[in-house]
Amino acid sequence: MTLDAHLVVRRPGFTLDVPLRAEPGEVVALLGPNGAGKTTALRALAGLIALDDGYVRLHDRTLDDPAARLFIAPEQRRIGVVFQDYLLFPHLSAVDNVAFGPRCRGLSRAESRRRADDLLTRVGLAEHAGKKPRQLSGGQAQRVALARALATEPELLLLDEPLAALDARTRLDTRAHLRTHLGAHAGPAVLVTHDPLDAMMLADRLVIVEDGRVVQTGDAATITSRPRTDYVARLVGLNLYRGHAEGIRVQVGGGFTLTTATPHTGDVFVAFPPAAVALYAVRPEGSPRNTWQATVTAVARHGDALRIELTGPVAVAADVTPAAAVQLGLEPGREVWAALKATEATAYPA
Amino acid sequence: MLPLAGLLIRAPWSTLPQRLTEPGVLAALRLSLLTATLATALCLLAGVPLAWLLARTTFPGRRLVRALVTVPLVLPPVVGGVALLLVFGRRGLLGGWLDATLGVTLPFTTAGVVLAEAFVAMPFLVISVEGALRAADARYEEAAATLGAGRWTAFRRVTLPLIAPGVAAGAVLCWARALGEFGATITFAGNFPGRTQTMPLAVYLALEQDLDAAIVLSLVLLAVSVLILAGLRDRWLGTS
Repeated sequence: MTLDAHLVVRRPGFTLDVPLRAEPGEVVALLGPNGAGKTTALRALAGLIALDDGYVRLHDRTLDDPAARLFIAPEQRRIGVVFQDYLLFPHLSAVDNVAFGPRCRGLSRAESRRRADDLLTRVGLAEHAGKKPRQLSGGQAQRVALARALATEPELLLLDEPLAALDARTRLDTRAHLRTHLGAHAGPAVLVTHDPLDAMMLADRLVIVEDGRVVQTGDAATITSRPRTDYVARLVGLNLYRGHAEGIRVQVGGGFTLTTATPHTGDVFVAFPPAAVALYAVRPEGSPRNTWQATVTAVARHGDALRIELTGPVAVAADVTPAAAVQLGLEPGREVWAALKATEATAYPA
Repeated sequence: MLPLAGLLIRAPWSTLPQRLTEPGVLAALRLSLLTATLATALCLLAGVPLAWLLARTTFPGRRLVRALVTVPLVLPPVVGGVALLLVFGRRGLLGGWLDATLGVTLPFTTAGVVLAEAFVAMPFLVISVEGALRAADARYEEAAATLGAGRWTAFRRVTLPLIAPGVAAGAVLCWARALGEFGATITFAGNFPGRTQTMPLAVYLALEQDLDAAIVLSLVLLAVSVLILAGLRDRWLGTS
């Protein structure tokens, strides 16, 4: 059971064009900002909207292929969907919600009920089986939605922002719970999220979508160390510049040059964490290869540190301790010297 | 309220019990309740799918269909009756064929009363159900589809329960309108006691001969309407 798809959906002023592959047992996360087309991609996979071009193949079956005038209706696909706000049927109890799918697939009332009870037990909600959706908490509703999607024994599992509606505490528990069940699902799974943490915790592979297109794909380690767009860099918390390398010197525009650890030739990205940027009141002497004068534009809390946004020859974010910030008198408009060790700046081909 | 008060003040209370038990009154009342209920059933059968089509699908001429559905609201019922006669009358568009092939004659029969009432009352149901459908979240139907439910199953097991209050409200309005129907009924079905003479027709007829009888009949119609509508209203408020 492999998912092989090329999703092309055209809307006025927006085109989604996303190639997507997921192997059996693999969890792929579509990660991107709001409005990037992630949910559209998911709806196209489920058959809730038809493709304008491209194809969807699952295992050996073509589900959508506009060129061949082929379209399989959602109820004929074996695809389970966990919707963003769950869409549990409000008039049915939790167990009847879960039993709905098996009933539609032709199982007897008793058989469906047994399967639903079994699944609710597996997601740890056996004692809530008789409750209506409005009596369930957010985390419980999410589990019922997952159980309902799994009850039809889908070949492909789709999850649309599965944790977005939950508060921070529930989110942590539910994420761990979801991870277990995704691991147990034999077929491929596609997860849509705008939260990089959810994507990295739940998925084996990330597909970054911006403005309807795939801008980067890879596992969490690659994405976090080598971002390729500003959006991804912001997600993973890195400073990112595109430039032209000759050896260890990289021209990043505006006549500014950064010195990096490894030599390259041609177009490259340079990335470094905000914590690698040191700030000084006067020009530092000695080892750092990169120093430049910058002006503070914003100061914000970031974990235990303060994140300082700076302008200058390049826009850069720096993390400093609160003590250092006080000592340097960092506030918007303050002029400082920034320094970056060459060994902290990673360059990789663009 | 004043006309209702007038009705109550002028009522011949002393002879009321005796007049109520006249066979004609009971027959007309029974016929009214029966035909209004059957007309409502007919409207439900035809109107709910029509409302679904109007609310959930797009097809050429949908706006026209929606406009046509509401025509009976503004059309004088007598004109509706004439139109029904032109279609289902013995020499009407369909009437002759119905008579010849199926042996079915609609005008001047109880079935004709039901048809006339349904024609006039249908918009109340369709508008109410269509509104409920538009207010209901269509994504529940999508969720049902991903679980393997075809359109009919999704409608029956998900949409219909969600819009049940709207359907019930539409059915009651529809029933009330059918119960009071006069113009289309007398034009299309005539005024035959026991067969097509419903309460409003009996009231009108009585008015020409015996004012007290008309008042008594009107009171009965008023009492029945208020009782049933009040009863249904309480039941909804209790369950919703």
